[in-house]
Formats: sequence, structure tokens, C-alpha cells
Amino acid sequence: MSETITETAQYLTFKLEDEVYATDIVQVREVLEYSRVTKVPRTPDYMRGVINLRGRVVPVLDLKLRFGMSRTEQTVNTCVIIVEVNVDGDSMVIGALADSVQEVVEIDSSVIEPPPRIGTRLNTDFIRGMGKRDEQFVIILDIDKVFSSENLDAVKATVGEPGKGAE
Amino acid sequence: MMDRNQLAFIEEVKELLTSLEEALLEIEHDPLNEDLIGKIFRAIHTIKGASSMFGFDSISSFTHEIETAFDFVREGKVAVTPALITLTLASRDHIAALLAVAESGGTPDDVLLRRSEEILGQLRNLVPAAVGGEGVREIPVEAGPVIYPDSAKTALYRIRFKPPENIYLRGLDPDNLIAELAAMGAEEHVVHSEEVSSGEKPEEKLCRSTYDILLSTAHPIEGIRDVFIFVEEDSELLIDILHDGAQFGRERWNPLLEAMRNSRDVPTSSLNAILRESQAARENKRTDEPSAPSGSPHQEQRVTQTIKVPSEKLDKLVNLVGELVTVQARLTQAAVNLSDPELTQIAEEVESLISELRDNAMSIRMIPIGSTFTRFQRLVRDLSVELGKEIRLVTEGEDTELDKTVIERLGDPLVHMIRNSIDHGIEPPEKREEMGKPRVGTIRLSASHSGANVGITVADDGRGFDLEKIRLKGVELGLLDPDARPAEQELLSIVFAPGFSTAKEVTSVSGRGVGMDVVRKSIEELGGKIEVSNNQGKGSVITLKLPLTLAIIEGLLVKVDTELFVLPLAAIKECVELPPLNSRRGNGGQLINVRGEIIPYIRLRDYFRMSGGGSSFEYVAITEAEGRRCGFAIDSVIGEHQIVIKSLGAMYKDVQGISGATVLGDGTVALIIDIPKLVASAELEREELVRLERAALNEVHHQDQNNIKPN
Repeated sequence: MSETITETAQYLTFKLEDEVYATDIVQVREVLEYSRVTKVPRTPDYMRGVINLRGRVVPVLDLKLRFGMSRTEQTVNTCVIIVEVNVDGDSMVIGALADSVQEVVEIDSSVIEPPPRIGTRLNTDFIRGMGKRDEQFVIILDIDKVFSSENLDAVKATVGEPGKGAE
Repeated sequence: MMDRNQLAFIEEVKELLTSLEEALLEIEHDPLNEDLIGKIFRAIHTIKGASSMFGFDSISSFTHEIETAFDFVREGKVAVTPALITLTLASRDHIAALLAVAESGGTPDDVLLRRSEEILGQLRNLVPAAVGGEGVREIPVEAGPVIYPDSAKTALYRIRFKPPENIYLRGLDPDNLIAELAAMGAEEHVVHSEEVSSGEKPEEKLCRSTYDILLSTAHPIEGIRDVFIFVEEDSELLIDILHDGAQFGRERWNPLLEAMRNSRDVPTSSLNAILRESQAARENKRTDEPSAPSGSPHQEQRVTQTIKVPSEKLDKLVNLVGELVTVQARLTQAAVNLSDPELTQIAEEVESLISELRDNAMSIRMIPIGSTFTRFQRLVRDLSVELGKEIRLVTEGEDTELDKTVIERLGDPLVHMIRNSIDHGIEPPEKREEMGKPRVGTIRLSASHSGANVGITVADDGRGFDLEKIRLKGVELGLLDPDARPAEQELLSIVFAPGFSTAKEVTSVSGRGVGMDVVRKSIEELGGKIEVSNNQGKGSVITLKLPLTLAIIEGLLVKVDTELFVLPLAAIKECVELPPLNSRRGNGGQLINVRGEIIPYIRLRDYFRMSGGGSSFEYVAITEAEGRRCGFAIDSVIGEHQIVIKSLGAMYKDVQGISGATVLGDGTVALIIDIPKLVASAELEREELVRLERAALNEVHHQDQNNIKPN
């Protein structure tokens, strides 16, 4: 999807702990307040469960757990970002948990740098590039890759293994 | 690559093949039925025309000769014999095979072509006069002098014909139809045409003309209609009798043609008026002859009663309705919470409207089961010939409607059950006579509604299940104790055990590795039940009970900890309180005594690894799936609900024991438990646990031994 970065693109920025992340606005459908999530038993912790999106059952994933950080706790700012991702040729609607949603920004493609090999906590596969905003780094995610089945293979391995308790 | 037209062609030919098969099976019992002969001929003719249009020459040249044979049948020169039907059925299958090759984009191989020749060879033997010449037979256009055979019966017809736009696409040309009319008598016509886009290829050529035709002929109105037989259904065709006498020859048509030329849609009544006028003028005031009674066979224009809609559109509609049902439940709940009388009233109205809407949407997806029954006629016919048995299949309740998906998935299990009846049930004719039964065995396939279910029974008057054989087999499979004398129902349930087959030898019919266990599994996947009753020596009855639809089910809403789950109500036998004595031993074996019956149960809290010790009171919902009872320990029962099933999506496709989710009235999501899968996976886990424990024990044992040795 990297070829879709043209001159400038709009990004939705959000916070995971105190770092700022961004995702291409094209893939964002809406942002919801965090509400009750129904855990599907015996699935990995980062798969927080499913919610009802106007009659549709949509899975919600904990981005922080996915990135190896701590579990997202519910605060007044906790949000579910509903994104449409393309996984193995299938388009899926998924909710991603974020500590808070910031704003929609325009980032010029010329100031986006390739992901650094070291210095970030997460798998560089997930990162499309590093942007800059008010002298602060913004990690632009490749949201398709975050949810791709290759990277979610862990799910299959963990299902059936003793997991931890539910919500 | 297939283009859209070719795909449409294949779809159409498939439908034609089905109706051809139906007609052939029907005509077997009624060989003189001309309607059926016509139907068969039309189907064959259309297949031929369409396949040659799309360049599937192997199909068209093959079909051509079959058509020729049936043309002779139609003319009464060849009788419909069982041999002809058998051969035509074989031809039908062969066309289907050729079509399958065409569909995959290949060309028929030698085997198929040889089969074509073989069938045609047999046909030539059967109908020697019929199949001779090569090449495509033209519709006979007799060029000879126009004969007015019996002027007393000659009548003047006015025919208005608007062919379907795609007439060329079907390999037909309106001009040929007109020529065919002209061959029947004196003919003149006026063409009103709109822009005609004439492409190079026939599929681009559209016909937007209207033909206004005058025909004086001795042929009856049916004969005229026959000319349009292949296009009648979607053409506009009006045939009126202007005058039933011969005196209006072509020379007197001018005023009529004039009127027709001037106006696009001259009413027949004004043409009548013109006729009367000229008649009056000619015959010098011989007044009002009762010409052309206006109440004469005035054929109503056929209005299409059905439309074709892609099934995805229907699925989408049903999904939307499902969502509406969910929202409506929320509305009702909100109205109750707010206790505003006005809102409550609106909510109630919405509720009744939506339930009506839901029933309607569901009914669109309902199709009569009769379409599936046809293929069984064929099955019974073919298999009984193969096995040398004489069997009659009686079907009842073809109009019973079931959800499309249910019908699609019902086919294979039914095939299997009927095969069993043919192979194991019905005895050979001689044996039946010995036993004092009618020579011809009967299999009765019937469908009927009962409440929210549809019952389907397959009954035969054969030898029934041999309980002793079943018992021995059960012992052999290790399902029964050799000394046990189980009750009849218990024995019959063994029939559904995997690996069960009493057939001593494997015939092509049964014993092919799929058994009644597969049948039961597919029925249970559909949320249905299967029951067997037996009358040894007299026959057996297998009854299926199926839900009307799959999208909405009756569910029992239960609570475990803070989470809600749905258990399909069809599988629930009862709910009992879990005696506090029953120990809570994690995932290990747990049993509950229900009126003397020991039933294993799964504690959902443990299986789902949910936190919390649980409430002091627990209940066990006893379910029955795949013939086994199993309980599910839960915290409480909320109640029965109609639920709309939603998929959990690809993200959760590997989750075992959960078949989907549903959105409840308050907007929360509850998971639907897949009982058979959950039981199976819990059992697997238990076995694994036992194995690990044993291994651990052995380890300890070894260590003990090792410890002992040095001493």
C-alpha cells in the first residue's frame, strides 16, 4: 500500500501510552467510545472480543497488547477506531483500541522517513514510516500489516492453549 | 474466458436440462401427453439453438439429432417408449457433461465424443426413419402454392408480435417466424421499428420492432401460437380473430394495412369496424353481419409473474431485516425503560410491522421442496434398473417451502436415505411376491409443515431394519456389550454410528464410506433432528425435522459470570439445578444424575476459562446432539429468544465451539454455542489431559523404579 502515499495525505493520530501513532484516514471508518466488549473465550488476550456496530459484529483488538505494551485500560479517553483493512485480499472491518484519539493531520510525504531499524518497540513491519508533527515523531502504521493473518498466525497457535481469564 | 452471455447461456441450458428431465420422467407415466412431448421438444430445440449460437458445436450437433427424433414423436410417427425415454435421459446427462466441459472452457475429449456417437447410434436404431441427414434442419418453409384447405374454416387473424430484444441472441430471427406464418396461408405485415442496433455479432443485435401481421389461414389459433412457441414467454403476442370466414382475401386488406401502418397500436375493434364497413359497402348494405365477435378468443397478454433475482441480493435483504429486528428489540426495551405511553405505542407498531416484514423477507427465500424431489425420481428410476428392482417413488407435499439454504444442503442427505431404501429396504420383485407383498416396492417421500418446522419423511415398504444384524454390528464396532439386550430405539440409534453398514458387499449404491452418520451430521448442522422407526419385514420410516430457516433460530439465553451465551433451543432437552454436592473439579470428568441417567456435563466457566469462582447456584442445561446427551453448567437461565445469527468473521474462524454471535436487545453481543463442536473439543481436551496424566504417572513410576533399583 506504500505506493498510495502521494504528495500529502491525511492521517488520524492517536496515542498509545505517550507515543503518537497515525493511520491513513482513508482506512478509518469512524471512531467510537469504548463500550462493552464481549470476549470470545479462548482467544489471545490482545483480541479483546467483539462489539455491536449497528447490528454488525466487529472484532476489537488491543493495539498495545499487539505491540507488546501493557493492556489498554478503560478511561474516559479510550476509543475504538473502526478501520477497514485488507487482509489477504479480503476486506474486513476491525476495531482498534487506542488510549486516546488526537486529530486529523496532513503530513507531506517528503517529510516521511522510512522506519528506523532500531529504536522502536514494535515490529518494523507494522510501520509505514515516521512522520513529524510539531517537533514530535509520529509513527505511521501500516494498518493492513498490523492485522494481516501472517502476523496473526499467533492466534491459531494460542487458541486452545490455556489463555488468561476473560474481561 | 467466458463472457457474460456465455455464462447466461450455460445457466439457461442447465435450467432447460432440469425441465427436460422432469418432463421425461413425467411422460413415462403418460406417454401420450402432448403437452409433455411439446415441452421436451421445446427444451431440446432451445438447447440446440442456443448452443449453436454460442459456438458450442459439440452440443448443438448432438442435440440436433435428438431434436429430430422428437420432431417425429411430435408428429406422431414415433411412439414414446421406455427405451426412448431411457436414451433421452442418457442424452440429457451427456449434454450436461458436454456443458460442463464447455463451462470449464475446454473442448470435449475423445471419450465424450465417442459417447455422443454411441448414444446417437442407439437413437438411430430406435428411430430409424428419424435420424438421417446431416446438417442443421431448417424450419420447414413450404414454398409451394398457398392452399386454402377448407375455406369454411379459414379465418382472418390479426397478430401483434413484439419479440424480446434479445431474440437474435437466442438464435432466432423474427423474419423466419414471419416466413413460417406466411407458409400457413395468406400473410401481410407491417413492421413498426424503433432504432435497431445491428451489431456485427448476433449478441449485439437487438430487436426493438413490433410486427403487426394479418394472416388468413385454415390453421387453428393454436397452430399460429406454435410458431411463436420458443419466444412466447417473453414476447408480447396478441392474436385476434378479425373474421372467421374466407371471404376476406388478401386483395381486400388494403384499408386494414393502411390503418395498421398509420398507427402503432390500432385497436382490433377499429380494424373490425373497417372490415365491417368494407363488407357493408361491398355487399350493398347487407347489415351487420355477426362478424368477428368481439368476445372471440381474445388472448390475454401474458404478464410475467415471476422475476429472477440473484440470491446475494436476497441474502442482503434478509441480513438487513435481521438488523432491523435487532434494532427493534432495542427500541422496545428503550420504550419499556422510559415508560412513555406514546413511545411504547410506536414501538409496538414498529414491532408488528417488522415481524411482518421479517416473515415476508424470509418467505422470499423460501422455495418449494419439489425441485429437489425431481432428482429423486431420476435416482429411483436409475438405481432400480441397475439393481433389478421395481420401485415406485411417491412424493407428497412438493409445495412445502423451505429456506433456500436448507434445501440446498438437504439434497445429499436425502439422496443417501433414498439410496439406502432402494438398496437395503426394498426387496427384489420375486422375493416381494413370495412374501405376499406387491411386486412393485414403494418409497414415499413426503414433506409437510408442522409449526416452525418442516417434517420430511422417507418411508419404504421394504424389509425394514434387521435389528439382530444391527445388534451384531454394534457388538462388532464395540458399541454394544455382546450380552446386552438393548431396546429397539437404542439399537436403531446405532445405525447412525460412524462406520456402520450392514451391507455385506459394497455395491455401487451404498457402502461407499458415507453412512447414516454423515446424514445425521448434516441434518444436525441444519439445526434439525432425525428419527427412525421400524417395522421389521414391513418397512421403515425415517423422519427429518428441520427448521424453516437458518438465519433466525430459537435460542436459550444463558448467563455465565457476566457473559451471555445462546444455546440453540432445538438441542435443549431440559434444565436442571446442579446439586451443590457436585464437586467443582476443574476440567475433569463431571457427571450429573438426572432421574437415574448419568449425563456428563461441561462447566462453561471452566471450559471458557472465565474468572471468578462462580455463583453458589448453578444450573445444567441438558442437550442432545449427535445422539448423545451432554450438559452445560451455567450460572443462570435468562430465557428463550428469537435470535439473528451473525458470523464472527475471519478473525475468529479458528475458534472452536462458537458458531456465531447475535446482538441482543440492549445492543450487547452474545455468543452462540456450537454444541456438537464444543462437546467434541472438550472431549479431545479431556483425553489429552488423561494422556498427560498417565504419562506423568508413568514418569513417576519410572522414577520410583529407578529409585528402587540402586537399592
